Amino acid sequence: MRITVTVDGTTYSDEVEPRTLLVQYLRERLGKVGTVVGCDTSNCGACTVHLDGHSVKSCSVLAVQADGCEVTTIEGLARDGQLHPVQRAFHDNHALQCGFCTPGMIMQAIDLLAEDSDPEEQAVREGIEGNLCRCTGYQNIVRAVRDAAHEMRPGAGPEAERVSEATMGTQAGVHRS
Amino acid sequence: MIPAEFDYVAPTTVDDAVRALADAGDEAKILAGGQSLIPVLRMRLAAPTKLIDLGKVTELQGVREDGGALVIGAMTTHYDVVRDPLIAEHAKLIGMATSTVADPQVRHRGTFGGSLAHADPAGDLAAPALALDVEMVVHGMDGRRTIPASEFFVDYFTTALRPGELLTEVRVPKYTGWHAHYEKFNRVAQAWSIVGVAAAVQVEGHTITQARVGLTNMSSVPVRASGVERALVGQEATPEAIKAAAQHAVEGTMPVADGNADAAYREHLAKVLTSRAVTAACG
Repeated sequence: MRITVTVDGTTYSDEVEPRTLLVQYLRERLGKVGTVVGCDTSNCGACTVHLDGHSVKSCSVLAVQADGCEVTTIEGLARDGQLHPVQRAFHDNHALQCGFCTPGMIMQAIDLLAEDSDPEEQAVREGIEGNLCRCTGYQNIVRAVRDAAHEMRPGAGPEAERVSEATMGTQAGVHRS
Repeated sequence: MIPAEFDYVAPTTVDDAVRALADAGDEAKILAGGQSLIPVLRMRLAAPTKLIDLGKVTELQGVREDGGALVIGAMTTHYDVVRDPLIAEHAKLIGMATSTVADPQVRHRGTFGGSLAHADPAGDLAAPALALDVEMVVHGMDGRRTIPASEFFVDYFTTALRPGELLTEVRVPKYTGWHAHYEKFNRVAQAWSIVGVAAAVQVEGHTITQARVGLTNMSSVPVRASGVERALVGQEATPEAIKAAAQHAVEGTMPVADGNADAAYREHLAKVLTSRAVTAACG
């Protein structure tokens, strides 16, 4: 089945099997290996991406369900070599140990901050409850999210992710793979 | 793991979806938000030959008023239910229970109708649906019919939906001005309810004048705690009266023993959580 999906500002049109998971499509077809798979049970949240501006676990979405949608992955956050403020805050606060949960944590943190631009500690903990850190490094993760909230102006969500074709330069346009 | 192969269709209207379901026969499954179904497919606990995705049936999305009732489209996401102003005003209990479902990512995809039709005994939406006496509107090749919540949940993961029928809407009588609370007990964040209690009350002065209480995961189906309701009505909303009424919470239940809790512990939880839920609802 043919799908057309915009991922990190670039539009792709591809033939996929209906059983292909969105995360498989991102990693294996598009090479977006920044999004990782951590579990087989949709518990861990490591594979979190944004689908039309809302966080989803990409292991629990079929690629065909994303047809016509806009996807943002961890790879689409940095601009002109500058980290997204949430990425920067994770770096500054040492909010990762092994780093495997980090892509999902950051994508979910951005979703949370789009809903609540200055969350209390408890709200951060509840906002990232779908993301597990096996290193149990939650203290610094929570600190990083609150730090990022202070760095960012409100409206860090879907609007901030939208990439105009001009800024994407030669990468813009429809890719067929 | 990767699901087994299946065919996939994404109809855009209820009529087309019903026809697709009739054409596909027994081996087809409806895909709503997919937050239970896709993990099941991945673990190969099920291998349907065809998925009928309702994601593009826009007429099934959203909440509207219809006289004395709210109509919740089966494909309304948990995220949208939690934020809906009509739900907040007329069916607060449903909004509160929905806000405890899984985690934010799952609530972005999972749907109200999908959760009810899946009928997991640990799912959080069936008990409020039962307590509030909602009606399920279903469509099949023979047309439309409605099923009261009290007849909809038949057994573990089993509803009164017949082969070829689709849950399209849920009609919720308005409970304007009622106070509500959903109290859920689980071991860790995003885990399923070990036991949950859905409570809605009308309070005049300090007296409870009406009460509706439903229990999650105290049987293979949600249980209406009628004994608690009877014991609450006419009582002052004091801790002692609420605690005494909550002792009726185990009536009519058949809790299972599993890795999380044995039956006796679930009975204990049902009483404690009922007391907490009603107390919180009475504010």
